[in-house]
Amino acid sequence: MEALVVEKLTKDFGGVRAVNEVSFSVEPGERLAIIGPNGAGKTTLFQLLSGMLTPTAGRIFVFGKDITKLPAHQRAALGIGRTFQITNLFLNLTVLDNVLLALEAGGMTRYNLIRPVSSYKHLLGQAEDILRQWGLSDRRDFPVRSLSYGEQRQLEIMLTLSQNRSFLLLDEPTCGLSPEEAQSFVSIIRAFSRDFTVLLIDHDMDVTFGIAEKVMVLHYGTVVAFGNPEEVKNNPQVQEIYMGVD
Amino acid sequence: MAFVLTQTINGIVFGMLLFLLAAGLTLMLGTMRIVNLAHGSFYLLGGYIGYTVAQRTHNFLLACLAGLLSIAILGVLTYKTVLEKRFARETLAQVLLTFGMLLIISDVCRWIWGGNPLAIPKPEMLQGTIYLGSIVVPLYRLAVISIGLVILLFLWWFQEKTKYGAIVRAGVDDAEMAQGIGVNISLVKTLVFSMGALLAGLAGVIGGPFVGLSVGLDIDILLLAIVVVIIGGMGSLRGALVGALLIGLIDSFGKSLLPELSIFTLFAAMVVVLALKPSGLFGTK
Amino acid sequence: MKHRKVTLCIATVLVLLCLMPLFLPSYYTGLLTLILIYAIFAMSLDILQGYTGLASLGHAAFLGTAAYIVAIINVKVFHGPHFAIELLAGVLSAGIVAAIFGLIVLRNTGTYLLMILLASSMMLWGIAFKWRSLTGGDDGLPGIARPNLAFMHWNLHNTTDFYFFVLLFFVIAALLMHLVVRSSFGHTLLGIRESETRMTALGYNVWLQKYIAFIVSGIFAGLAGVMLVYYNGFVSPSELHLVTSAEVLMMVILGGVGTLFGPAIGAGIIILIKNFVSAYTEHWMIILGALYMATIMLAPQGVYRLFKRSEKRG
Repeated sequence: MEALVVEKLTKDFGGVRAVNEVSFSVEPGERLAIIGPNGAGKTTLFQLLSGMLTPTAGRIFVFGKDITKLPAHQRAALGIGRTFQITNLFLNLTVLDNVLLALEAGGMTRYNLIRPVSSYKHLLGQAEDILRQWGLSDRRDFPVRSLSYGEQRQLEIMLTLSQNRSFLLLDEPTCGLSPEEAQSFVSIIRAFSRDFTVLLIDHDMDVTFGIAEKVMVLHYGTVVAFGNPEEVKNNPQVQEIYMGVD
Repeated sequence: MAFVLTQTINGIVFGMLLFLLAAGLTLMLGTMRIVNLAHGSFYLLGGYIGYTVAQRTHNFLLACLAGLLSIAILGVLTYKTVLEKRFARETLAQVLLTFGMLLIISDVCRWIWGGNPLAIPKPEMLQGTIYLGSIVVPLYRLAVISIGLVILLFLWWFQEKTKYGAIVRAGVDDAEMAQGIGVNISLVKTLVFSMGALLAGLAGVIGGPFVGLSVGLDIDILLLAIVVVIIGGMGSLRGALVGALLIGLIDSFGKSLLPELSIFTLFAAMVVVLALKPSGLFGTK
Repeated sequence: MKHRKVTLCIATVLVLLCLMPLFLPSYYTGLLTLILIYAIFAMSLDILQGYTGLASLGHAAFLGTAAYIVAIINVKVFHGPHFAIELLAGVLSAGIVAAIFGLIVLRNTGTYLLMILLASSMMLWGIAFKWRSLTGGDDGLPGIARPNLAFMHWNLHNTTDFYFFVLLFFVIAALLMHLVVRSSFGHTLLGIRESETRMTALGYNVWLQKYIAFIVSGIFAGLAGVMLVYYNGFVSPSELHLVTSAEVLMMVILGGVGTLFGPAIGAGIIILIKNFVSAYTEHWMIILGALYMATIMLAPQGVYRLFKRSEKRG
């Protein structure tokens, strides 16, 4: 069974068609990169997949289940985890708070009006583990805005990971990172378990082709090419679009 | 039938008055995201000032001018000295600042003009009545409708045909973006705010003959203006017009048919609109 | 170390609150009672404002509804006090109003929500104002008797006894609100305050969390309303008015948004100032309005945080 099937997904904004009858499928554990010039509809596609926007037409299936009408927070609970182009962390809250909130999302503790967070030992333990794993233990009580941009990015990704998602929609994850940080990011993703299916948007071609097993090219909201990286690189239409851009 | 016609005309007249208020309020909200709780106070103060001028000069036009100008000046002062500052950047801050002004102006009005309701006498020219079919309509009320239409046209012209209006329409509040079009954003905001205040002050004088001036009117009329903006949608002049006429009519019919529950009918209208279109009839969100 | 300091502070305050009526003339004990009542009201708003990030100019809706329900039961239904029923009905009615309002308005945010809540509570004011047969119109409903607690040897008509009655409820309410705010639910409210989008992306049902917070906040405001109507012995539409909603919002800001106990201090400050100023001039509204403006211009982070900051330095 495919992990994700998208059927003729379309999104109109007034008179502008941002996403045009996009259809594709992704196998479980696969790494799909979505590329295309600015304004091609890539982020809009992600917003449609994560439920932040409702499609004008078309359907979305996750492991066979039609999620087209499902609200955003339920899709997140189903396993669609998404990072944003600009870091979307709770900047004024501490690192620990950010981790805890990511962990609490799944369970029923979020509706408990009496017990304090600190009493949930296993949650705290899990949070400490994650912080230790990624070397942020000493910063746990610092507000996130005190972290460097690269660290914030890392935090966001590791939080998305910690949430038991099965899908990762990564929107420009290396944006703002130094070349070394970007490379370390690539290694992290490559080392991800196959329990995760990854969809990636990135302008950095090294990052994209370093991770992708399949590539989809969008142009003016339409799928122009879909295949493995070699095929796509040698596709004349794609070369025409990117001529001078790379 | 006569009843329906009379109430309809009354509703439209009151609606026009509300439109003057709501237009300013919605422009302030749309362009500058400013919640001006002192808007009703502008109405009342303008009305009182107009009253005094009318008393002294027996000239209604002069009274209108006085109400209009004084509140326009107050608007500019308020914006420049209070609302443009850094501490007023957040909605909550503006709300409490303008509410503070509401309290101050309300007390000052009571101090100067006393606690008894007052009314501005109609201008001599417009004291008569005319026959429209089977009903009698005071000339003054027709004049109010005409003035409302004139102002509506002016506002439409401003929003659709001028540079400033384009900024307002686009909801631009970014200084750099505005400079790119060759417009001083601070000037636009000051203009919009004082225009809104001016309209409120003028409405106070115009409403003087039939709505009157009394303690508590500032909050009553503010509430109605807010309901109009909620129904019409934030930032939409069209919404302000439609909402104002709707509320004017509901208020008119409601007060005469169900006096005890007239506020409830307004509430019901608001709830129905919100249930169908959460951002108001013409709101964008 | 910090815990010990906080506990000491709280213990001191509690002891002071218990001892004060022994030293103060009964007029001031009465004033202190009023402060405690408004403190509950202000803290309940802070749950919404400071912790969930929902600005409201309609909080009086809950205070006033509870007050009117208690009054109507007391005066019209039973012709005498029936504490348990009144308390339950008052608090419940506030919760129901919150549940109904919440369904309609919580899809909106920010300025729009602020205005809708303002309008909604003023609508209730209008209904109370006009529906003379039920609510007494703008004359209100007088003659509400305080609960009969003779079985506990308490005479609530005695100012000091009533003070301790209210103090008891204040402590319970403060404790409960503190628990809620510190709970894992309260933790999620912080996330909502910071970024609703991220919370949704994380998988939270943000609307539902806000709804629950709204109802909880309304219930505590209702408790304040019950206490208030016993204090005053009557209820009038002003309990539902914008002026009351703005006043409690001001208490929260003055005290410190998001500190829970700051608003209690804010309540004290505003009530004392109102009381003091109105004794000297009938133009206390100008002073109050100026105070509101001055607070925003000079100390928007509130008194509580000012105090904490100076503590860190000293």
